[in-house]
Amino acid sequence: MGRKLLLEHINVPGINTLDVYRQKGGYRAVEKALKTLTPEEVVEEVKKSGLRGRGGAGFPTGMKWSFLAKPEGVERYLVCNADESEPGTFKDRYLMTYIPHALIEGMIVSSFALGAKTSFIYVRGEMMPQIRILEKAIAEAKAAGLLGKNILGSGYDLELYVQPGGGAYICGEETALLESLEGKRGNPRIKPPFPAIAGLYGCPTVVNNVESIAAVVPIINDGGDEYAKIGIGRSTGTKLISASGNLVKPGVYEIELGLPVEEFIYSDEYCGGIANGKRLKATVAGGSSVPILPANLTLKYANGEPRLMSYESLSEGGFATGTMLGSGGFIAFDEDQCIVRNTWNFARFYHHESCGQCSPCREGTGWMEKILHKLEHGHGTSADIDLLWDVQRKIEGNTICPLGDAAAWPVASAIRHFRDEFEWHVKEPVKSQSCNYGIANYAVPIEKKIEEVKQDNL
Amino acid sequence: MSDLVKVTIDGITVEVAPGTSILNAARQIGGDIVPPAMCYYSKLEGSGGKCRTCIVKVSKGSEKDPRPMPKLVASCRTAVMDGMEVQNITSPEVLEARSGVVEILLINHPLDCPVCDQAGECDLQNLSYEHGLQKTRYEFERRTFERIDIGDKIQLHMNRCILCYRCVFVADQITNKRVHGILNRGDHSEISTYIQTAVENDFSGNVIDVCPVGALTDKTFRFKNRVWFTKPVDAHRNCNHEKCNGKVTLWYKGEDVLRVTARKDQFGEVEEFICNECRFDKKATADWVIEHPTHISDTSVISSNHYDTFKPLPVIKENLALQEANKVELEKTAKF
Amino acid sequence: MLKVEEQQPVEFSSTLLSEADEIIKRYPKGKHKSALLPILHLVQAELGWTSVPAMDKVAEILNIEPIEVYEVASFYSMYFLQPKGKYVLEVCRTGPCCLVGAEKIMNHIEAKLGVKEGEVTKDGLFSWRGVECLAACGYGPVLQIGPEYTFYENLTPQSVDTLIDDLRKK
Repeated sequence: MGRKLLLEHINVPGINTLDVYRQKGGYRAVEKALKTLTPEEVVEEVKKSGLRGRGGAGFPTGMKWSFLAKPEGVERYLVCNADESEPGTFKDRYLMTYIPHALIEGMIVSSFALGAKTSFIYVRGEMMPQIRILEKAIAEAKAAGLLGKNILGSGYDLELYVQPGGGAYICGEETALLESLEGKRGNPRIKPPFPAIAGLYGCPTVVNNVESIAAVVPIINDGGDEYAKIGIGRSTGTKLISASGNLVKPGVYEIELGLPVEEFIYSDEYCGGIANGKRLKATVAGGSSVPILPANLTLKYANGEPRLMSYESLSEGGFATGTMLGSGGFIAFDEDQCIVRNTWNFARFYHHESCGQCSPCREGTGWMEKILHKLEHGHGTSADIDLLWDVQRKIEGNTICPLGDAAAWPVASAIRHFRDEFEWHVKEPVKSQSCNYGIANYAVPIEKKIEEVKQDNL
Repeated sequence: MSDLVKVTIDGITVEVAPGTSILNAARQIGGDIVPPAMCYYSKLEGSGGKCRTCIVKVSKGSEKDPRPMPKLVASCRTAVMDGMEVQNITSPEVLEARSGVVEILLINHPLDCPVCDQAGECDLQNLSYEHGLQKTRYEFERRTFERIDIGDKIQLHMNRCILCYRCVFVADQITNKRVHGILNRGDHSEISTYIQTAVENDFSGNVIDVCPVGALTDKTFRFKNRVWFTKPVDAHRNCNHEKCNGKVTLWYKGEDVLRVTARKDQFGEVEEFICNECRFDKKATADWVIEHPTHISDTSVISSNHYDTFKPLPVIKENLALQEANKVELEKTAKF
Repeated sequence: MLKVEEQQPVEFSSTLLSEADEIIKRYPKGKHKSALLPILHLVQAELGWTSVPAMDKVAEILNIEPIEVYEVASFYSMYFLQPKGKYVLEVCRTGPCCLVGAEKIMNHIEAKLGVKEGEVTKDGLFSWRGVECLAACGYGPVLQIGPEYTFYENLTPQSVDTLIDDLRKK
């Protein structure tokens, strides 16, 4: 059993209420931080913990905090990014639904560390039930003197509000989120300036993912050094993984970073293997934006070493043979799934969610979707596959925000690893409409120390 | 911070004020190394960053931190640092990415230049000549919108729009009330009033001048003539509008003033915004004090028949035999 | 398509107006535009959609130009700019849900309700549409129904039938 820091008490009845949460040791971190630590010391603990942003980019949280500008007489803001919309990711919903006080406690400690007097939790509008849950929990906390004026007699004041989004994936990008919070269209801002200098209402702002904020609680309770002992290398601590797709037991799992991917998929403690006795064909390891990998490269590096669930291990081999941990949205595809169809589906998603501000993303995502639709429905040519490759290359890296990259990577990786399947759709336009390409050699185990792995030069 | 910073663009070094964008530093150098800009407009605060045609490569971040920037950057919104080295037309990577942007800008463009009033002075047209492909690889149906009149003087032809947001900034910053904006999301985005409202404002006509394409055109000039058949002349009048100083360009065909626009600088930006009265209502020579023919760049199609004296190629200039051989042509160009 | 001139003038309830006032108080002085998205949700919950007269009224409350409201309402996918059925079934149509049968569920709903995506049933009760990822991938296929956005998880054709029948009886 791996250690559980966030979900330890998730199954305790009534843990969503303040009383039970406190009985289980909740709000200790608030007491400790506000009564015995200075804001700088809290930041220092988070730095020591090695915690990396859990929203996808994996940027060290403590470092992000230390970049926050602190000009005299200017408000500072902490905004929690609960706009969870990355396909394959549903951990924040889980956390907020069942243990909302973990987030609120984290918000209090983090706001204290950053010197914020007003903080917002920006929750995607579709999560109206979670908004209600959080509002209720905030009211409870406020009634108990954990929010509002002079929290626990420490002299620290904090107001915490929940802000609903309006339905836009792009608002998960931190500057788009801030625009949306200001009541505008969710167009990402052009950086610099970064939010740490000019964020919400032009004031210095930190935007953190729900899970990152919640992780601050055990970090303060046990100390940054203790937290850093969990995990492997620069991937410290535990991570919530949202497992979905064709698994026996999809759901949210808290893992210690460094868990072998194979164990995560197949052990009964976690996903319990592939549903209906089928074989694994491919995975998307960190939410729809990260490169898709065939089963064999999911489990092992190109050199045959086992792959682990950590930031470094999942990206081992770069984009040629690796992927990314991203937001921890782990999607498993069984042998009967069609990669072309799924790639088209993801392309449609990014097309639908592009904000339309910069040209490569606005026009390019639609173009990719149309080409993929054509290929999937048996009207494509091999030239279309090359064109698709070219279009994604023209989007990647040339856009204002990472949505362009996020749209390009799944397409690029699908062609890189599953080109055979794309070509089969071209060669067998009729057959491909009634049956799938199947697992082919995508799950053939990689032997250790194979001198060369097939790599397209694409 | 009054010290100037040094930046090198395509091997040419220039000293500029701190905080200057790469694009503006390049404009201080001038010539071919100036990146094209479809959405940035120096007179409109907050503009730029969107079209991605001005992307350049920063091969050296600064003297202090010489690391190159990991991605191509929008030169209009990236400030120079002391010691920065930038590659624009010397970088094949930039040129390739830019031609990609141009291709992408054109996939949903109607390519109706033959019937577009903007043809001849269209930034997108120029850009596609320089960077575009000869043919399109986009084989799907293009996005279309209905043409709408926003007021009796301005027509919105959304099919041609590249969503540069300049007209929105004009409405926000130059006029006193904005009734049009960007609606919808992604590639369904459109410039619209949402409800049929006329854009009525003393300065609304400026949206026509800032539009880099033929999306917003002057209805009083609609289909009157091709711009390259008209002759631009700088003129002024004593305008009563407090914010307009009445300095304009008149576009003549014969003795008729077909349209009035603000004067534009070498980068295609208006020098000073003008009011609607000057633009739409003063179309008689008697309304104006004529100054001189407008200087038009000799690479522009507008100048092809007019004004600028012919500049023979150096090879002709120095060779009497060639001058003799080209006599007829040389005489033709000397006519104006 | 309901044309703008056909849209009826609206009055907001006093509850809505006082809730809106409360929301506006959250933000610093002069930053009340932040209340736009939350207030639009209130409006849609009350009226079923966000009509032009309703948006104009919101603009009035927040002292901003109407176009600023139109821009925002049309950007986000949750605000309906056209009238919809009383219950809008929003089915997740993104990758992970499709791996476990979301497309089948959508076909089933279409057949059951007898209307195409985006249309309203004759009795005015139902509309349905495919929406992008609802962040419930592990419990797919899923659908949600506003205005409280109640979730229905692990859908099967049978459970969808029961759901629709129950809503009809309400």
